[in-house]
Amino acid sequence: MTGEPIIQVDKVAQRFGDRTIFRDVSLRVYPREVFVILGGSGSGKSTLLKQLIGLLTPSAGHIALFGRDITGPGGEKALDDVQRRIGVMFQSGALFGSMTLLENVMLPLEMFTDLPPEGREAIARVKLGLVGLGDAAALMPAEISGGMARRAGIARAMALDPPLLLLDEPSAGLDPITSAGLDRLILDLRQDLGATFVVVTHELASILTIADRCIMLDHAAYPDAGGVIAEGEPHALRDTSTNPRVRAFFRRELPEPAAA
Amino acid sequence: MTETAHLSIERRDGTTVLAFAGKLEAEAIGALWRPAIKAAEQARGRKLAFDLRNVTFCDVGGASLLAAVESAHGAPAEAIGIEDRALALLRRARAAARMDQRPTSITPPTVKEIASASFHLCAFSIVFIGEAAVAIARLPQHHRMFRMPDLFGYIDSAGIRSLPLIVLLGYLIGLILAFQSAVPMRQFGAEIFVASLVAVAMLRELGPLLAAVILSGRTGSAFAAEIGTMKVNEEIDALNTMGLDPVTMLVLPRMLAAMLVMPVMTMTFDLAGFLGMATVLRGFGFPFVAITSQVQGWVTAGDLYGGLFKSVVFGMIVAAIGCRAGLSTGVGPRAVGISATAAVVGGIVATIAADGIFALIFYRLQL
Repeated sequence: MTGEPIIQVDKVAQRFGDRTIFRDVSLRVYPREVFVILGGSGSGKSTLLKQLIGLLTPSAGHIALFGRDITGPGGEKALDDVQRRIGVMFQSGALFGSMTLLENVMLPLEMFTDLPPEGREAIARVKLGLVGLGDAAALMPAEISGGMARRAGIARAMALDPPLLLLDEPSAGLDPITSAGLDRLILDLRQDLGATFVVVTHELASILTIADRCIMLDHAAYPDAGGVIAEGEPHALRDTSTNPRVRAFFRRELPEPAAA
Repeated sequence: MTETAHLSIERRDGTTVLAFAGKLEAEAIGALWRPAIKAAEQARGRKLAFDLRNVTFCDVGGASLLAAVESAHGAPAEAIGIEDRALALLRRARAAARMDQRPTSITPPTVKEIASASFHLCAFSIVFIGEAAVAIARLPQHHRMFRMPDLFGYIDSAGIRSLPLIVLLGYLIGLILAFQSAVPMRQFGAEIFVASLVAVAMLRELGPLLAAVILSGRTGSAFAAEIGTMKVNEEIDALNTMGLDPVTMLVLPRMLAAMLVMPVMTMTFDLAGFLGMATVLRGFGFPFVAITSQVQGWVTAGDLYGGLFKSVVFGMIVAAIGCRAGLSTGVGPRAVGISATAAVVGGIVATIAADGIFALIFYRLQL
């Protein structure tokens, strides 16, 4: 945890009508960290991620990326400025179905650099090679499996070598081997690229492998806490947390039903 | 926003040295790519080295450039002053660049492939007609799969909701047709015959045909998109695995609804057309009673029934083509759009072709 935080979230809230997803969520993500947002289904993990990438404006609070406030006045301008330093992998990859994997990865390079076509292709091939899809460059998204689509999504997110990568459920619904491969990829990329990762997941094995720090969201169970019910290093949370929901999450134990 | 990258090419003791400076990242190296590759190709057979001492930053994009230069040169190059992290990236880029380099371009289809695709398309249509026939034959056993609420829903969306459009278009067509034919007829003092001309044309041809075109555009495409989306979402497969017949559940109610609403749409279109024609003739000064008696004198009940019969068949054709297009939807985000287009084009073409066949049959039967 050195240097200025890359992401600074201060007391954000999200409400849809009179339904509060979370409130008072604050967090800091520092360079070269793998930061995991975890929580059960419907706890607002993906909502928080959408706020971080500017797809959703928080109902309250402030978010700053690379020191620029993207929620206040002038937030759209700030978002435009930092956008190219952020790579996002959406759930299930969100590849463009009318293009091959190679063309998917080449698209950001075509839009934002003045590389010649053969240069774009060479870089895109390297990116696909990094995620282990070197042989699949010519395939269409419809022809590949879910795990391959997610890896291709990561390759596209990395096309411009952004210092910050946000991944939405990279290993959901994948077999343990593929999932472990993705974890390895994230750690390797952090090592070699010096990239910072924010990963939304509820895969326990993955969290324990990759996360430097994590927060756990659960507004439904603890409305008074606002949303974040635990924060810290995942092994420490697993071993020492006294919160029954956190223990339930990390140890797969259901909390004792409260005596009525 | 970004620092630029620089390249200078030097010869030092028989070694070609590519000296890079600045930031080696995708956004900065665009202008360097081709000169660097060209220099490497020219240096084939000689030693090649990278001088990276003045490089402040190198990411995967930069490492990819170095790897591409090496492969253009044909042998690994010595990297002077490379940082550990950049070296790790270069190793990764080399490994990735050695991977499969199959071309990504799609080869144009051969005549044989086109012929076989056309054959499959025709075969699929025949299979579809067969499946629909079997589904109708089995309907007594499968009556639960034929859901009446669905039928009424389709009647509502395909028929009742299209009536305002039908009235508007029918009125305009009647108006235009009467006006356009009244101008030349006037030279012969025969404007009154415009009434019977428009009435016969509407009842026999334009009513059913244009109602079918509207059905195709409004409803055929919707059927294709609805069923196509279900196909993409694997809902059709789910029906099949539950032992439910998609043709009985999805196709038959739509076809029946289209066949039921088409005569009503056609009648409405005809009446609106008469109204448009009457508007023009009233404008020319003919009393209303002259127009009606002219129409009554020329139009037979056979004209009306023939047109309505055709409209039922057109409804069946349009709905069947729409549903078939939906069921043959492929994969991917564009597939549903392609199916909807195919439904509209196919529906209109097939309707007009069928209309030609009807013209022949009616002529032979002297109807």
